[in-house]
Amino acid sequence: MGIIPNKHGRFGQFGGKYAPEILIPAIHELEQAYRAAKESRPFQQELRDCLKQYVGRPTSLFFAERLTKTLGGAKIYLKREDLCHTGAHKINNTVGQALLTRRMKKTRIIAETGAGQHGVAVATVAAMFGLEAEIYMGTDDMERQALNVFRMRLLGSKVTGVNSGSRTLKDAISEAMRDWTTNVSTTHYLLGSVLGPHPYPMMVRDFQSVIGRETRKQILALEGRLPHCLIACVGGGSNSIGLFYPFVKDSQVQMVGVEAGGYGIGSGKHAARFAGGKPGVLHGTMTYLLQDADGQVNPTHSVSAGLDYPAVGPEHSYYHDTGRIRYTSATDAEALAAFDLLAKEEGIIPALESAHAVAEVVKLAPTMKKSHILIMNLSGRGDKDVQQLAKMRGIPL
Amino acid sequence: MPQCLEKYRRGRHLASVKSFGMSNRIQATFAQLHSKGEKALIPYIMAGDPTLAMTESLVLALEQGGADLIELGVPFSDPIADGPVIQQASERALHSGTTLKKILATVTILRKKTCIPLILMAYYNSLMAMGIKDFCANAVQAGVDGVIVPDLPPEESDLLYHAAQSAGGPVSIFLLAPTSTAERRRAVIQRSHGFIYYVSLTGITGSKMTDLSCVRQSVQQLQRTSRKPVAVGFGIATAKQAREVGQFSDGVIIGSALVRHIGEHHSAPTFLTDIQGMAQKWKSVLLPVTVKSSPRRKPKT
Repeated sequence: MGIIPNKHGRFGQFGGKYAPEILIPAIHELEQAYRAAKESRPFQQELRDCLKQYVGRPTSLFFAERLTKTLGGAKIYLKREDLCHTGAHKINNTVGQALLTRRMKKTRIIAETGAGQHGVAVATVAAMFGLEAEIYMGTDDMERQALNVFRMRLLGSKVTGVNSGSRTLKDAISEAMRDWTTNVSTTHYLLGSVLGPHPYPMMVRDFQSVIGRETRKQILALEGRLPHCLIACVGGGSNSIGLFYPFVKDSQVQMVGVEAGGYGIGSGKHAARFAGGKPGVLHGTMTYLLQDADGQVNPTHSVSAGLDYPAVGPEHSYYHDTGRIRYTSATDAEALAAFDLLAKEEGIIPALESAHAVAEVVKLAPTMKKSHILIMNLSGRGDKDVQQLAKMRGIPL
Repeated sequence: MPQCLEKYRRGRHLASVKSFGMSNRIQATFAQLHSKGEKALIPYIMAGDPTLAMTESLVLALEQGGADLIELGVPFSDPIADGPVIQQASERALHSGTTLKKILATVTILRKKTCIPLILMAYYNSLMAMGIKDFCANAVQAGVDGVIVPDLPPEESDLLYHAAQSAGGPVSIFLLAPTSTAERRRAVIQRSHGFIYYVSLTGITGSKMTDLSCVRQSVQQLQRTSRKPVAVGFGIATAKQAREVGQFSDGVIIGSALVRHIGEHHSAPTFLTDIQGMAQKWKSVLLPVTVKSSPRRKPKT
């Protein structure tokens, strides 16, 4: 396999820079700044320090003994990204991009958020680095993640509701791109996933790859061998690519990406791009996209706001087509059952996003040998979802 | 469309058409205007807003009022380069069942009635869904002259460019922005046919233009390096602004101001006459200063 992406930001046919002309110079500036930072020892040292002192890395690789026993198959390890500061993997990327913003001498950052985890991670680094931040969020998402909206505001960020389209993550991204177009000279768009025009998919992957690099070291220390299988949920796809990427060349390691199956693929109400989508262009990149015959983007559904997005990172599309990663989906109901299971078996309340990965563990682990090792990325903690769950179950808080 | 081509082959304008080195209706129109000292009025409307039948009438009314070329927006669910006015028009058009296929069918009907150059403004995914080659073939057959794809910079345009070349159209028109570097200006000039679309501000459609002297400077710089006509769009809402921009550019694009009017007044009884009147007003400030007469003078034969 050659180096991906290539210099045009292509992962095979996917990726690229499908952005309005106004943004292209800023995208080039970012590309150059990122390349320089990647080579810069002081930058990398500062990033490492931040990840260690502020984020709390390395996160642990936890052997889920009771879950392993209950499922009766492979040995299950959880990569505990839920233990990062702010409660999810998102901060690995926001710390990196905030340092980059400072290098580019920009003073304002903007971002989109779905579940609010990326928004909180942005608001957090904005506070720490003294940057002005404005976060766009669909008004439907603001309602189901009210707690995170409050957290972002507590951290000093401006949260702007987006009332257009489906009022979810995709509309928040569109609005953030419009803001960027208008304020491009002072503002950095701190995109939260492996989406958007090049260099975002590559850069966000690189910042998130710390997950997989640590995991690799940890499992070799604990077990003396590589895992048989890696599992992670895939919304835009940053936590999954972060875990998978450092193992991509180890052909014996299987990888499974879990998309949001919503009410089931047959219902049409889901966010499983590889089950119902075809290649298209959205938000600056060519990738699998849920769309109708005329190319209009289809509405999506997932119980989890963080997976509720009609496109997927272009690198995932590439691995899907080459067969390197297998993609599957978990329904809302499966994810909710897995949520309960992990809470009761291991004392860990997972984010609803991560619960989709747990659901696949439940299906896959029993089919594997007891000597096999399975690692799941527990991308975030579920505190943010508790309120929504109580509401769904009719429990007043 | 023999009668369309014939119209431009008549008379003394042929020489200036040749000087652009092309035979497309867009170049022909700019050449003709150039020879008369006029600037092009290029209204933008969203196809299918509120219905495609209305789009048909609007194109004819705008032409009657003096429009020289017309941009037809293709509605898209996620228009990242557009402000709220065009976003809402896009939603209205989608609501009325508008698709790219139906827009091309409308163009086919329009081509029996008018020779005015028609340019589609579409997001890339709409073209991809039809298939880039099929789109070019279908667009040419319908009588579309040009296409503007706001999320397709020149470096990603090879597929469209080659497909359009083998289909014999439509020509691609690229956007240049105040942020574009010299290197990018060269790329856009090279790839843009018909005209160069200069975005007058750093922002989305419908924003307010702030610095006219910067726009003038950039447009004049472009005109020094390229013979291709330069039309200015984004942020031109009034006849006064159109007059100012028309003093140095080759054409003026009016989008959001017109689309807003369509959204608010399309059920008024005098709607089409009003639209024609608006075009007349805009065109009147794009005529040579010495002429103060009717909005659209017949070309000399």
